Amino acid sequence: MRKFIIKRILISVVILIFVAFIIYVLMRCLPTSYLEQIAREKSMQPGSKSYDEWMAQLSATYGMDKGIVPGFFAWCGKAIRGDFGDSWKWTVPVTEKFADSVWISFIMGAISFFFEIIIAIPLGIIAATKQYTKVDYTITIIALACFSFPTFFFASLLKLVFSVHLHWFDLGGLIGRHYEQLDAMGKFLDRANHLVMPIVTLVVISIGALMRYTRTNMLEVLNADYIRTARAKGLSENKVIYHHAFRNTLIPLVTMLGGSLPGLFAGALITETLFSIPGIGFVSYQSMVAGDIPFSMFYLVFMAILTLLGNLISDILYAVVDPRVRIA
Amino acid sequence: MSILDSHNEDERPLRVQNVPQAALNTHERNRAEAEADKMQNAVDEALAQDASAMADTEGYSLNDDRRVKTLSPTMLVIKRFLRNRVAMVGLFILAFMFLFSFLGGVLSPYGEAQLFYRNDDQNKPFAGVTENTDLRYIEGSANSFPSLARAKFTQALKAGDATFESKGVTYRYESLDEDIYLIYEVQASGPCAVATYETVSNSQSNDKLPFGFQLAILEAQAAKQASFEYEGVTYAIDEHGAVMDASGTEVAYASRYSIRAVMGDVFLSRQFKEELAEAIEAGEKVFTFTDVDGTTADYTITMDTGKAGWTILRSTSTRVFDTYSSPSAEHWLGTDRNGMDMLTRLMYGGRVSLYIGFVVVIIETVIGVILGGISGYCGGWVDNLIMRIVDVFYCIPSMPIIIILGAAMDAMRVDPQVRMLYLMLLLGFLGWAGIARLVRGQILSLREQEFMVAAEATGIRASRRIFKHLIPNVIPQLIVSMTMALGSTIITEATLSFLGLGVKFPFASWGNIINDVNDTFVLTNYWFIWIPAGICLLSTVLAFNLVGDGLRDAFDPKMKR
Repeated sequence: MRKFIIKRILISVVILIFVAFIIYVLMRCLPTSYLEQIAREKSMQPGSKSYDEWMAQLSATYGMDKGIVPGFFAWCGKAIRGDFGDSWKWTVPVTEKFADSVWISFIMGAISFFFEIIIAIPLGIIAATKQYTKVDYTITIIALACFSFPTFFFASLLKLVFSVHLHWFDLGGLIGRHYEQLDAMGKFLDRANHLVMPIVTLVVISIGALMRYTRTNMLEVLNADYIRTARAKGLSENKVIYHHAFRNTLIPLVTMLGGSLPGLFAGALITETLFSIPGIGFVSYQSMVAGDIPFSMFYLVFMAILTLLGNLISDILYAVVDPRVRIA
Repeated sequence: MSILDSHNEDERPLRVQNVPQAALNTHERNRAEAEADKMQNAVDEALAQDASAMADTEGYSLNDDRRVKTLSPTMLVIKRFLRNRVAMVGLFILAFMFLFSFLGGVLSPYGEAQLFYRNDDQNKPFAGVTENTDLRYIEGSANSFPSLARAKFTQALKAGDATFESKGVTYRYESLDEDIYLIYEVQASGPCAVATYETVSNSQSNDKLPFGFQLAILEAQAAKQASFEYEGVTYAIDEHGAVMDASGTEVAYASRYSIRAVMGDVFLSRQFKEELAEAIEAGEKVFTFTDVDGTTADYTITMDTGKAGWTILRSTSTRVFDTYSSPSAEHWLGTDRNGMDMLTRLMYGGRVSLYIGFVVVIIETVIGVILGGISGYCGGWVDNLIMRIVDVFYCIPSMPIIIILGAAMDAMRVDPQVRMLYLMLLLGFLGWAGIARLVRGQILSLREQEFMVAAEATGIRASRRIFKHLIPNVIPQLIVSMTMALGSTIITEATLSFLGLGVKFPFASWGNIINDVNDTFVLTNYWFIWIPAGICLLSTVLAFNLVGDGLRDAFDPKMKR
């Protein structure tokens, strides 16, 4: 087991380096970035240096004057020590801006993850046990509809109904207009109020996939021989489903859910942007659109790490949860 | 599915027995017959035997009604699929969407980027009216009666003094009427100014009339004369204050109302002024006037208390883009921000969305099948290498990358058409890893099966073995995942277009149509801009998923139905 994990980690590191390199090349090859914008602005000012001179100066300041390969190794060297440079757009160290914004994303992610699980798994099981009945069809169609909803359309509908017509929530943002005048409890409730619509969006969008996954796996288990045996023994249907079938369904479920844990830190780029929640997704969206290379670079590599970590966790969990699996 | 017809099965033994019995009977009847008949008997027997043999073969024949009815695996899949009602609904929606997008664009009377205009009525200030409640002064020559002197005159008038003095000049005045005062410098014989409540205006142009002429008109009006002479020409004057020359053409008129056009180049005819004055006196708020050219316009009269006058607003129609117009018979879903027909945009948008979806999925599939196939078939280091590449592509966060590239393309002002091409290539290139994994996994398990050993034993080429024997077996899973991928690609494209980083104007796409909703005013007031596009998007993606789901069930031989 330990050997397997070490091997997987090593492979992951190699993959990560390649991914980082590809991203770096891409970012450096972009014909325009924040630096170009700044240089253009500065060269417009009366009596200023020419655009090229400004560009050269800015490149030197931000370490962009090196070639792509040496530049990449310089970046790697710093990144390993945790120094991702200063964000151009936010003018603070990248890690500082990241630490500022990641927690709100994590809270949102965690809450919606919780709701996703408690809604999707029971529905998936019901659909599987009542296969080809009206209940199953209804759940299947709801699941697929949730799965097919474009985030922005659903978010817009929510806004129209609950902000514009019912005035329950604000259209966007994390804090209301009177935030500063509220006491501690009021501040908490204000923030919670602003998080309701984004979380509902996230839950609805992600619920479908998990529901389908649960149903498929449950069906597979229900078709297995040992379920027939259990029924033949005369066990009650409840015992068959929740004691025998569901436990075995948990194996793929836990594997998948465990794998998606790191993703909670990734932030919801589209949802956060739509609701102007200053989480990591929205912040990085703004950085990316502005061409802020250090921040984008950090965010992309961070996402890659999360994906690799997720794969690793699900592989390990698979072996942990299912005693039949032995990894050499 | 029972295959043999049970009715036939019951009948078979009966028939087989019947025929020999019939043959026996003939035999008994012919027993006492002559020897000569033996020949005939023999023939009969032979015939009977023949008949029995015939009946025998008939019993076991493979005529159509007895043939074992089997279905090919493909037919079984299709049958299972057709029986899935939910999937059929999906298929129906898809068919509708395809017709809507590809045929609708052709049938629609409007073009994708055709602009519509409407005439917008706007009330613009047209003229200002003031009633003379103060004395107005007409000066004989420039600055001949300055404002200080005017003030003194008013004082003198109130006090009843016959003369007054200003800046060392002494003036006298004489009253011609209650409303008209002629002002003289004491020694001078001709008046240097006239103070009056009336205004004398030129009827033919905006030019000022000479002092003498104005004076003559005022004098004539005060004396209630029907005509007067000025510089050798005789003019007629009527009770309204209109001054006509010998040919009957109106040259000037006097009125208590001072009416000025707001725009310098607009000339207000006397008739207009007269009717306007009447309307104001009657206390009307609106009046309509048809000018000499026959154009009728509506005017709104508003009281301006501050200036103690009236402002006349003329409603003029301006040609503007027909933006955000509500659904009507002409535009079933209204018009969008640019004044384009929404329904037509929706059709073309569907075309773009579906087109991009298909191209991207085809690119993904081609790359995925080739690399996955090679990887699964070859194994060893090739497999390892390709799988690591797949891992790398799996790790690259595609959405952020596309956003970054989209923003860069924005900055470079890439042509929208070229941009669409880049978008498709990019989405395809970033999305093949999943399909490669799927194909590889399938091929790894298929490779070990007997038919592959047989294929290898026949000695056919490796490429043929892959593409002729392995890939067709992967196709079921491939079709399912392609259908699902179509849905998610359409969502990705729509999301990018929604963020303004995908398909760009003038091309329509369902995503960039909804983009307008970023404007809260549109979100709140113009549902017809974004809800139809969202429904199209949702139903198409849902339909792809339903069909994909149905296909997965249909392809799965373990399914119970």
